[in-house]
Amino acid sequence: MNKTWIIAQREFLSRVQKKTFLLTTILLPVVVFGLYGLIIYFAVKTADNYKVAIADNANLFGGKIESKDDIKFEFVKDETIASLKEKIAKKELEGYVYVPKDFDAAKGDTISFVSGKTVGLMNREEIQKRIDNAMQERKLLSSLNINKKQLDSLQHSSDIKFATIEGKEENDAKVGISYGVGYASGFMIYIILFIYGTMVMRGVMEEKTNRIAEVIISSVKPFQLMMGKITGIGAVGLVQFLIWITLTITLRVGLVLLFPSLAESSHAVGAATHAIAEAKNSGAINSFLGGLSEVNFPLIVGCFIFYFIGGYLLYSSLFAAVGSAVNEDPQDAQSLLLPITMPIIFGIVIMTKAINDPTCGLAIFGSLFPLTSPIVMMARIPFGVPNTVPYWQLALSVILLIGGFICTTWLSAKIYRVGILMYGKKVTLKELWKWAWRKN
Amino acid sequence: MASILQLHHLKKYYASQKAIDDISFDIEQGSIFGLLGPNGAGKTTLLRMITGIFYPDSGDITFDGRAFDPKNDIIKIGYMPEERGLYKKMKIGEQAVYLAQLKGLSKTEALQKVRFWFRRLEMESWWNKKVEDLSKGMSQKLQFLITVLHEPKLIILDEPFSGLDPVNANLIKDEIYGLAQRGSTIIFSTHRMEQVEEICDHIVLVNLGKKILDGTVAEVKQQFKENKFSIKLAGIPTSIEDKAYEIIDQKANEFIMKINEGYKSNDVLQHFINQDITIESFNEILPTLNDIFIHLVERTKSVTRAFEKQS
Repeated sequence: MNKTWIIAQREFLSRVQKKTFLLTTILLPVVVFGLYGLIIYFAVKTADNYKVAIADNANLFGGKIESKDDIKFEFVKDETIASLKEKIAKKELEGYVYVPKDFDAAKGDTISFVSGKTVGLMNREEIQKRIDNAMQERKLLSSLNINKKQLDSLQHSSDIKFATIEGKEENDAKVGISYGVGYASGFMIYIILFIYGTMVMRGVMEEKTNRIAEVIISSVKPFQLMMGKITGIGAVGLVQFLIWITLTITLRVGLVLLFPSLAESSHAVGAATHAIAEAKNSGAINSFLGGLSEVNFPLIVGCFIFYFIGGYLLYSSLFAAVGSAVNEDPQDAQSLLLPITMPIIFGIVIMTKAINDPTCGLAIFGSLFPLTSPIVMMARIPFGVPNTVPYWQLALSVILLIGGFICTTWLSAKIYRVGILMYGKKVTLKELWKWAWRKN
Repeated sequence: MASILQLHHLKKYYASQKAIDDISFDIEQGSIFGLLGPNGAGKTTLLRMITGIFYPDSGDITFDGRAFDPKNDIIKIGYMPEERGLYKKMKIGEQAVYLAQLKGLSKTEALQKVRFWFRRLEMESWWNKKVEDLSKGMSQKLQFLITVLHEPKLIILDEPFSGLDPVNANLIKDEIYGLAQRGSTIIFSTHRMEQVEEICDHIVLVNLGKKILDGTVAEVKQQFKENKFSIKLAGIPTSIEDKAYEIIDQKANEFIMKINEGYKSNDVLQHFINQDITIESFNEILPTLNDIFIHLVERTKSVTRAFEKQS
């Protein structure tokens, strides 16, 4: 036990002290967010005070185009195309729309937007949308012969509230948040299994090809060496992930503070932000906050750490076993890895189903079966315990996962013991299987 | 003297072959013991059983007077495998301390011992170097240091001199003698027979998983001697033939002869003295271990390889 600890310490320190570790752990999120921030900064900036003149000689818009935020529409009279162009050249205007007097959409005339510089994608979209809206509204008002108020009430979408049978009102925002958190945690576990699993495998291969394995095995038991490596790298992973998560949250908050409009304008940050955006758009910040408080974050974080460790322990020993069986050629690892990567990928497939329908049979199976449970269960938990995930399922999943990793560790240790000292021969899966069940 | 290690009827079978097929021998404390055998003879398997990496299928090992208990006895053993291995990216000082800790030394003890040995082998300035920056000979020296730094009772060295220049080879050789004098027992596994003749007290030859020779170097040589002598005469005699011997080879006035059965060396000398021929030298030619090795291994019909002769 003591020697396992010494090995784990070395594995941990030798990785944490590397420059690449610092680089990937601290710099990566900073760089990603820096780029992200820059993109947003420019996106927000180019939209600054974009003045568009509308010379609406055919009275197409009825003198009304939504003019808010950064794009300002100004209706002008008695301007010719030449005078408008002059204004653009003087930078009084960014662009104009000139509608001639004899404009008739039915005859196939189109509106054209003329600008000094090429219009950015976001502005282009926004201009298109507002002009369309204005024209549509105008058409509706004139053809239906109703007033603006009536039109508004027609267009107003009905608010449907969802409730469960227990009479508890389901918060829309909560489902959105659960979806986002579930997806993110499931996906993170998936990445963890791969990153740190392969890290363990590479470590074992390094020891084998360096031939240091035999020196160490003459001092400690193969099982101690394997467990030391797994523990050490697991600790690296945990530290790295905690840093990533704190950094991400800090940077994210920082970004929102820097660009208050971010929550509205970006859709790329993921479903969770999307929920925030939606909540804000509908003016229902309260409902969003309510949804946030209904999601049990301490439970989610606790479960995340458990499934992180459980899933990692379950798979890393398998990765170690494969590493021990491979000789110099890393390509040999590919075919041996297949039976390990299959269930992980299977897990992510079930997860995409589970976040859409967290109580379906496949989702429940996936969240109990230890090879997929770390991914699938983490996607289901944010939807609520014990509403969506009953206590018995959570307990069973935990027990099965613990049982599962004891099994895989036991099997892997037997393969590892033989493999780590076996040189020269290319090993097949069948042989690995035989090693695992060999006595002594 | 007492035995440090006794092997009793050790057997280890793999699926397709008998890697070790009933081998027994004793190793005396403080001796330098040569374990010889061609490739694939079972030496490595045998060494791995002695270091507790493998368990024998049957038979038992007595270490230091008690049944071998790998868990507790491992600190009393130092093993340098034929395939050297170290972490390439780790600083060598830290590496040595780490491996010493894995042997069971406490951190302070390990540090102290590593410092001592670094000073002794004049490696102090290497402390912060990485293994990948070392030459082959330097890493060989480091590997030796790591093997012996906890001053184990039993040191197992598999081809310790390969890759070392004569100066460093002598340095290591002196250390081996020194360790033996201080009571450590050394098992020395090699193909280089001239080194075995020079260093080892006692040898065992294994082939095909069986022991085919066991004895001190002198005993073995006596056992395999062919009554060959070389004689150098002052002049070339007219009649050299005699019933006491047969001439095998002649180089000017030096003759290699084999004494026939029923005759002694004195009969040969008598023959020349009677002819009044001055004898300048007369020596017995004992077989080299290399000859014995090849002879025995070929007899047991194993795949032999050409032994590297030191030039």
